[in-house]
Amino acid sequence: MRKKEDLYYKHQIYMFTSLKRIIKSGCRGFFRDGGLMIATVFVLILVIILATSLFLFSGVSQFIIALVEEKADISVYFKEDAMEVDIFEVKEELTKIPEVKEIKYVSQERALDDFIERHKENPILMASLAEVGHNPFLASLNIMASDPGQYQNIVSFLEAPDFTALVEKVDYYERRPVIERIFSITSTANKVFIFLSIILAIVAILVTFNTTRLAIYNTREEIKIQRLVGASSWFIRGPFLIQGILAGILAALTSLALVSLITWFLSPKIEVFFPGLNIFEFFSVNIWQIILIQFATGILLGIISSSLAIRKYLRV
Amino acid sequence: MISFQHVTKIYSCNSIALEDVSFEVKEREFISLVGKSGAGKTTLLKLLLAEEKPTQGKIFFEGKNIPEIKPSRLPEFRREIGAVFQDYKLLPSKTTYENIAYALEVVGASDQEINRDVPKVLEIVGLTEKANNFPAELSGGERQRAAIARALIHRPEVILADEPTGNLDPYHSLDIIQLLLKIQEMGTTVILATHNKEVINSLGKRVITLEKGRVIRDEEKGRFIL
Repeated sequence: MRKKEDLYYKHQIYMFTSLKRIIKSGCRGFFRDGGLMIATVFVLILVIILATSLFLFSGVSQFIIALVEEKADISVYFKEDAMEVDIFEVKEELTKIPEVKEIKYVSQERALDDFIERHKENPILMASLAEVGHNPFLASLNIMASDPGQYQNIVSFLEAPDFTALVEKVDYYERRPVIERIFSITSTANKVFIFLSIILAIVAILVTFNTTRLAIYNTREEIKIQRLVGASSWFIRGPFLIQGILAGILAALTSLALVSLITWFLSPKIEVFFPGLNIFEFFSVNIWQIILIQFATGILLGIISSSLAIRKYLRV
Repeated sequence: MISFQHVTKIYSCNSIALEDVSFEVKEREFISLVGKSGAGKTTLLKLLLAEEKPTQGKIFFEGKNIPEIKPSRLPEFRREIGAVFQDYKLLPSKTTYENIAYALEVVGASDQEINRDVPKVLEIVGLTEKANNFPAELSGGERQRAAIARALIHRPEVILADEPTGNLDPYHSLDIIQLLLKIQEMGTTVILATHNKEVINSLGKRVITLEKGRVIRDEEKGRFIL
């Protein structure tokens, strides 16, 4: 029993010293192979920045899509003699449709007030309004769907015979081309994005894999010697994995600094085009997620590519 | 201790490296393998290191049949053998000290053991001054002595030396052979493969002569006759 415990204890010490040596040798290798490691880190930085910008772009595109979708709505104008009660009944009916996200009622008076508010600086418009003598605006319901593809359904609902007596016109056909185009652009953009991400991921893995393979190819003789001296596979593989991890960490740190600088610098310029879109803020809010993405990409790529690359040379 | 039993190694149908080779090696023996290039000396050593597998026959090392050792057990097995090569096979990215220490690190020796043993071995091979030099900064003779130090450090049962003097001038060759003799006197079996006539004739030890993959002579106190 005592002997067994002793053996276990010895094994623990052996594992610990081996691990210590593997880490030490990996760190030493990282600094001695300076040139190649810089190349690897550089490639990793590119990949990580690509991954981060994909993340940022998806955030930005979601913002833009939401912005556009908010503007894509339909308005139903009711006849002048339509009673407010009837209009509320229609509104009630519309809320039952699951695709409808939001309905806003604009009364005749409200429409007039909005118009005056908007154009009070314009004397010509104000004069012509006075000329008309009465409120020319119609009461309307402003409808927003949860998905731009759903507007056709809502329109069909409003065109049902029950409502023809009340509805003056549905302001959809004028906007239809615009709405449909937005819909098709957003869905294509999404598809293109997914496609691009996949391609980029494959390219990234191939490039990193190749860089590490070159690095390891240089040391294939060394691996053979280590084998002949009696080193176990893990003892040989370990330092390369450590080098991969170190390269990943270094690349992630550099990328984090670069991306925060870039977003900080570009943010005001982008905000000029898309008011309300602050990518630096988006970056700061999602900082932990971004750090996770960067470190995971860097370290995983480092480990995967070095273990793939070394596999071949371990068969001695 | 080591026993070759009817060992044949065929690389391809017109390249027979070893044919029906049988011999025994006793503990603490100093054996020289001689023969022309291509006689099968290196193949024989590769079989002992389990770098190659024999086509036929058995090779026993302390009762274990070497070709039957599982790949996962090979590192352990190789730690019982020290190998010295004509091209030294030192790790270029490690200093002399680190190269020698590596053989101990591999077997899981403690830092104290490494710090104690490496300087001793460096002293035995006369490289104390060059401990912090990289292999590229050493002469041929120094590199071979470093390689021998590495083969020695973990106190293996056997040292295999494949043409250790192949790249050296006569003066340094003698130096290396003296070192190997010293190692054998300290209690290690040495198997030396060489085609250096002077070396063999000066030794006066057992000589196995190979020709075209066959053992043609096996003599105690043999000489170099081809």
